[in-house]
Amino acid sequence: MGKKRHEELGLTDEQVLDMYRTMLLARKIDERMWLLNRAGKIPFVISCQGQEAAQVGASFALDRDKDYTAPYYRDMGVVLAFGMTPKELFLSGFAKAEDPNSGGRQMPGHFGQKKNRILTGSSPVTTQLPHAVGVALAGKMEKKDFASFVTLGEGSSNQGDFHEGLNFAGVHKLPVITMVENNKYAISVPLERQVASETVADRAKSYGMPGYQVNGNDPLEVYKVVKEARERAINGEGPTLIEAITNRLTAHSSDDDHTAYRDKEEIEEMKKNDCVHIFSQYLKDNDILTDEKEQELIKELDKEINEATDYAENAPYAEPEDALKYVYADKGGE
Amino acid sequence: MPVKSYIQAVTQAMREEMERDDKVFVLGEDVGKKGGVFKATEGLYDQFGEERVIDTPLAESAIAGVGVGAAMYGMRPIAEMQFADFIMPAVNQIISEASRVRYRSNNDWSCPITIRAPYGGGVHGALYHSQSVEAVFANQPGLKIVMPSNPYDAKGLLKAAIRDEDPVLFFEHKRAYRLLKGEVPDDDYVLPIGKADVKREGDDITVITYGLCVNFALQAAEKLEEEGISAHILDLRTVYPLDQEAIIEAAKKTGKVLLVTEDNKEGSIMSEVAAIISENCLFDLDSPIQRLAGPDVPAMPYAPTMEKFFMVNPDKVEEAMRDLAEF
Ligand SMILES: Cc1ncc(C[n+]2csc(CCOP(=O)(O)OP(=O)(O)O)c2C)c(N)n1
Ligand SMILES: [Mg+2]
Repeated sequence: MGKKRHEELGLTDEQVLDMYRTMLLARKIDERMWLLNRAGKIPFVISCQGQEAAQVGASFALDRDKDYTAPYYRDMGVVLAFGMTPKELFLSGFAKAEDPNSGGRQMPGHFGQKKNRILTGSSPVTTQLPHAVGVALAGKMEKKDFASFVTLGEGSSNQGDFHEGLNFAGVHKLPVITMVENNKYAISVPLERQVASETVADRAKSYGMPGYQVNGNDPLEVYKVVKEARERAINGEGPTLIEAITNRLTAHSSDDDHTAYRDKEEIEEMKKNDCVHIFSQYLKDNDILTDEKEQELIKELDKEINEATDYAENAPYAEPEDALKYVYADKGGE
Repeated sequence: MPVKSYIQAVTQAMREEMERDDKVFVLGEDVGKKGGVFKATEGLYDQFGEERVIDTPLAESAIAGVGVGAAMYGMRPIAEMQFADFIMPAVNQIISEASRVRYRSNNDWSCPITIRAPYGGGVHGALYHSQSVEAVFANQPGLKIVMPSNPYDAKGLLKAAIRDEDPVLFFEHKRAYRLLKGEVPDDDYVLPIGKADVKREGDDITVITYGLCVNFALQAAEKLEEEGISAHILDLRTVYPLDQEAIIEAAKKTGKVLLVTEDNKEGSIMSEVAAIISENCLFDLDSPIQRLAGPDVPAMPYAPTMEKFFMVNPDKVEEAMRDLAEF
């Protein structure tokens, strides 16, 4: 019998199990966020569900002690892999003072944590792309050996910042890895009404970099292509564009009802192709995971999520006047 | 003390800061070999190389956005917009990103970028090479906007902008580049951002202005002195956030205030200065606050007749000052 797929990629059983754990953790935190939203406890959720494989597969291919990331709002899998904790994510969900992303200033999904090299993000889509290019430029100037990893949706790949940023990265051969998580919808507008080129990956050609389309439902496929992209980046061979084909299993956000523009069959079909289940099956087929071990893992994650939820729910909000802080560096933060 | 032009002072500030700190670098259109379309970065490419004086693709949002990313990383980018008029494609990066990085991250991240742009009219630049764009940005807490009025200030303020921990828009008057010359010490000095500067002491009327109009007001004040009118002139230097204390003090000093900008009048920096004075100086004023500004048409036309009509000049300032003194 030949090597297993993950072994061919140089991944150990422990590593793929850790991948799965991170995917499942993201999924379960996200599910909890929806419950809290529907219970009226948090005002807003924007989901990672269906995109965990792409997010976690990509992150594991990076050097998570060195590389920088500029994630977009669905990237719970990325930020967990980069070191943000469930507790911190719930603090953000509840908009509490201790939230490391923004101290409760921004909506959930607006990630940022300097100690884990997660750039602070905003709501206007794709603005993070030139930032990731700027970080890569700085790394090149300082002769550092890190890569800069940025993500966005396929609809967002129509913004000028996508094209301006990738072209800049291409011209200056910068160590940037851009991954478009193509879930085939931008809110309600389907892919064919968003992107004129045959694929998003095709857009790479204009910017002098390789473009790859991968099955974003398979963390190992994503891992492979990001790993190679990182090697090129570090070797001074420049940027890469990756298009990961994914599914958005939920509505766009907690304020959207996707049944208004997707039919039932489509939603059912998508759920049958859930990346978390598929990867669980891969691990079981390869005797890395058993049903019992999975149940144990779920229990362990549930416990962590329960504790994190309780902690965040009971944590204090920022003081009203804290709204005045941190406009400028001086004035003692006022 | 060496006499330098306004643009030489700008170049010297950048050179000194790049020599002092490896993290400082320049990016923009034609800033490299050519040294910029106005020659503001002349000589920097030869001295520091293409890695630190970067000719970027022609794409302003990328110039600002890549600068923002590099600044978040810890560099000190100086991004050049070829003309202030062409900053518009970068507005999202400046307002949604640079100005909000510190606030939105609860002080975790910061964005110490300087964005330089030549602004201003009277150079036959027509609509899109003459504009004052500061008012577009002047209600964005998190940003600072600096507009120097002479070579000495240009050097000290630009050095301060580069060292500032927050994003600074630095607007240089393109007509001042070669028109204004003055003593600029070779020493390493910085001037405080956020502080206005009294450029002339006087007792009869107060003129508050910034940028090239400071020079117009000083010229006018010289002439009016001969007529026995003594003008007090406050240079805002930083137009956002404003130095309220200095504005109030200058207004109270004479009780007659003229506000001058070459920007369109309505919604200009001077609208805010007028509001500050009216909130704080009701019983100190001896006349209504006066504003001299461009007309409320989109921008400055090309033909000399119309350009002259639009643009503030020393004669217009002198006339407005005399009228106020006589009120
Ligand atoms: C500049 C801008 N325009 C509009 C919006 C509102 N908006 C938020 S997400 C979104 C759709 C994004 O779709 P896509 O890029 O495919 O990402 P996805 O949500 O599918 O992951 C829109 C229109 C926004 N945030 N920013
Ligand atoms: Mg999408």
